[in-house]
Amino acid sequence: MGCGTSSATEDKKSEKALKAALVIQNWYRGYRARLKTRQRYALTIFQSIEYADEQGQLQLSKFFSFMLENYTRVQEKEPGLVTRLFGSSIQDKDRQDYLGLLEVPDSYCGPRLQFPLTFTDIDLLIEAFKQQQILHAYYVLEVLFETKRVLQQMPNFTHTRTSPSKEITICGDLHGKLDDLFLIFYKNGLPSASNPYVFNGDFVDRGKNSMEILMILFVSFLVYPNDLHLNRGNHEDFMMNMRYGFTKEILHKYKLHGKKILQILEEVYTWLPIGTIIDNEVLVIHGGISESTDLNLLHRLERNKMRSVLMPPIPMDGDCAEKKNKLGTTSLLGIRTSGSFSEQLTKQEWEQVVDILWSDPRGKRGCYPNTNRGGGCYFGPDVTAKILNKYHLKMLVRSHECKPDGYEICHDGKVITIFSASNYYEEGSNRGAYIRMSYGTTPRFFQYQITRATCFRPLYQRVNAIESSAIRMLKERMISRKTDLTRAFQLQDRNKSGKLSMGQWAFSMENVLGLNLPWRSLSSHLVTTDKDGNIDYMSGFQDVHIQKPVKEVQSTLIETVYRYRSDLQIIFNIIDSDHSGLISMEEFRCMWKLFKSHYSVHIDDSQFDELAERMDLNKDGSIDFNEFLKAFYVVHKFDKLNKSDNKLA
Amino acid sequence: MADDRDRDGTEVAVAEFHKKIKEAFEVFDHESNSTVDVREVGTIIRSLGCCPSEGELHDLIAEVEEEEPTGYIRFEKFLPVMTEVLLERRYRPIPEDILLRAFEVLDPAKRGFLTKGELIKYMTEEGEPFSQEEMEEMLSAAIDPETNSINYKDYITMMVIDEN
Repeated sequence: MGCGTSSATEDKKSEKALKAALVIQNWYRGYRARLKTRQRYALTIFQSIEYADEQGQLQLSKFFSFMLENYTRVQEKEPGLVTRLFGSSIQDKDRQDYLGLLEVPDSYCGPRLQFPLTFTDIDLLIEAFKQQQILHAYYVLEVLFETKRVLQQMPNFTHTRTSPSKEITICGDLHGKLDDLFLIFYKNGLPSASNPYVFNGDFVDRGKNSMEILMILFVSFLVYPNDLHLNRGNHEDFMMNMRYGFTKEILHKYKLHGKKILQILEEVYTWLPIGTIIDNEVLVIHGGISESTDLNLLHRLERNKMRSVLMPPIPMDGDCAEKKNKLGTTSLLGIRTSGSFSEQLTKQEWEQVVDILWSDPRGKRGCYPNTNRGGGCYFGPDVTAKILNKYHLKMLVRSHECKPDGYEICHDGKVITIFSASNYYEEGSNRGAYIRMSYGTTPRFFQYQITRATCFRPLYQRVNAIESSAIRMLKERMISRKTDLTRAFQLQDRNKSGKLSMGQWAFSMENVLGLNLPWRSLSSHLVTTDKDGNIDYMSGFQDVHIQKPVKEVQSTLIETVYRYRSDLQIIFNIIDSDHSGLISMEEFRCMWKLFKSHYSVHIDDSQFDELAERMDLNKDGSIDFNEFLKAFYVVHKFDKLNKSDNKLA
Repeated sequence: MADDRDRDGTEVAVAEFHKKIKEAFEVFDHESNSTVDVREVGTIIRSLGCCPSEGELHDLIAEVEEEEPTGYIRFEKFLPVMTEVLLERRYRPIPEDILLRAFEVLDPAKRGFLTKGELIKYMTEEGEPFSQEEMEEMLSAAIDPETNSINYKDYITMMVIDEN
């Protein structure tokens, strides 16, 4: 009323505004916190599944040991099989053998490298790869041979020095994400004598440009061998590549010469240095350490004998001699150790290298087996202090673990994790980072995140995206263990009500899947709950199923093959040593039998035969295993719906 | 004042609360040593469904901190305090209609929207002001770039759908 407002009314107005603002702020902060939590949960899911997979990977090595022990039976049926598995690539590949018959046709319009390489070749490659060109196999092989030759002259640990005018940049995992490498070079400059770099392993696998990254890094290394330092990561391992995508990438991009490339690559990996030591104070290695890490031993051992983390040294004891005698001249061990037992590392040496490539730091004191990954260990701040002191070092820089901000500091500032693949799990999942440091100064961190069209997407959309991706993966896990999960649920469901309490459901999920996840918080995404808070446990399987390649085959068989498809992929790839994509039916059956018995899978052999036959993959006694495995995939009922949902607001 | 007859019910509730709190805590326990960075405590508490104001959060943190603040909060201290908060149903979230009314108070002309400038002014100058990061994040989702304003009714509806 009236135009003159008294101060009392004004006060009342501003008090109301204050209260209103408080309400909105309070609500928004709660909402934002829940978004951040969902983001964290999604990352936790991705990480747990990733590590569980790695563990599965290392279990394969036990399977191969099991195979060796049973080789007598295998030898009888498949004499060639075991030889192929363990007898290859011990002798050096001859350059002429590989390059002799290769030529670059005039019609090739990709980048042409000039040996000896110079910095112009680095620029050339980067420009070419930005336009999605593919480097001809001839150049790939040349680069690989040359890289191997130069690496062979280098010690296990690269020692380098910095100065205030010559800082060094350390990058972590890249995992085939070319855009991240481009961004790093853009922000931080190309490698050169005045701009040295350390790349701390895991250049390949998962991303789709592992080959391009490798070529840029190797070419840069050949141009600046004293200023571009490469450390081996756990993915610089031909067996890891089989599971995690690099092998597939190579065979796809290089249909004619892929096999050759794979064979040389296997060797190049073994010559990558184990680590870099900067200014005698900073140790840069891919994974971590253990309480028994012995740097002197690591400096001395013959690193090129570490072929793969899945091929531990065979124990040398009296047994072997006996076995050798029993079977005469062609015993397995005779083949494997043609020359001598000196073709492999000692058990102790091998374990030391595995620790370096696979371990993770944790807050708990002491040193424990890394049960998440199945190899290496968890090391506490006391272990870090002990080892750093022992060798008069000040800091450990490592990678190997994805961190939301691209880096993380722990153990009282003594351990830095640096991870350079942004959006590693999914668009928006994490930033990447790199470190710049020089003697006497505090390390500086630079973060970035590659985003495409989603550059300025609001937080809630990004979180929605990674959350649904994580839940999808989790559901695929669940469906691949449906039989075991159902059994576990039913055991607890005494009244056969179809329902369990939250505690009971969470317990079974954790137990069967072996994933340490916040099940209670995730339950709303996975199952339906009734008004009393009880869970309808079978509802978790409702909107997902494994596509049945053939109707008449039992679900349990389908489930088993789907569950182990990565392992089977690797086994098949190894049997198929000429990378033709085909293995004989006999080998297929033999491998399946061994696999069954080791993994305690109870499926009728005849079922398996029938499956292969019905899928009509039997091509004149050979089976196309890629086609076989591709036929097993999970269908999400609401896939079509999900796609349109993303257009919210 | 806890009644005896309430005790059985609360024991079961307490056990489930403990598990929920542990789960939420562990997700932020990066080093797996039963501690979290004090700066993440607010996020954890809110993820459990509570909506304390910044002032109330401050008090809670003081309760769970060490005598000599280390920058880390230990689970052993966090658990009993958080359990009480959940049992007493403290810091309940704001119902949708109250939230709507709050926006309407700031929009006395009843236009149905706030301009970007108005929103920024209120959020960064009144109440418990937003940090720059919080303000930017809210703007990125709330502001319609064509009109440079926030239609608060639509915004609230969208957020509610998203949460459920």
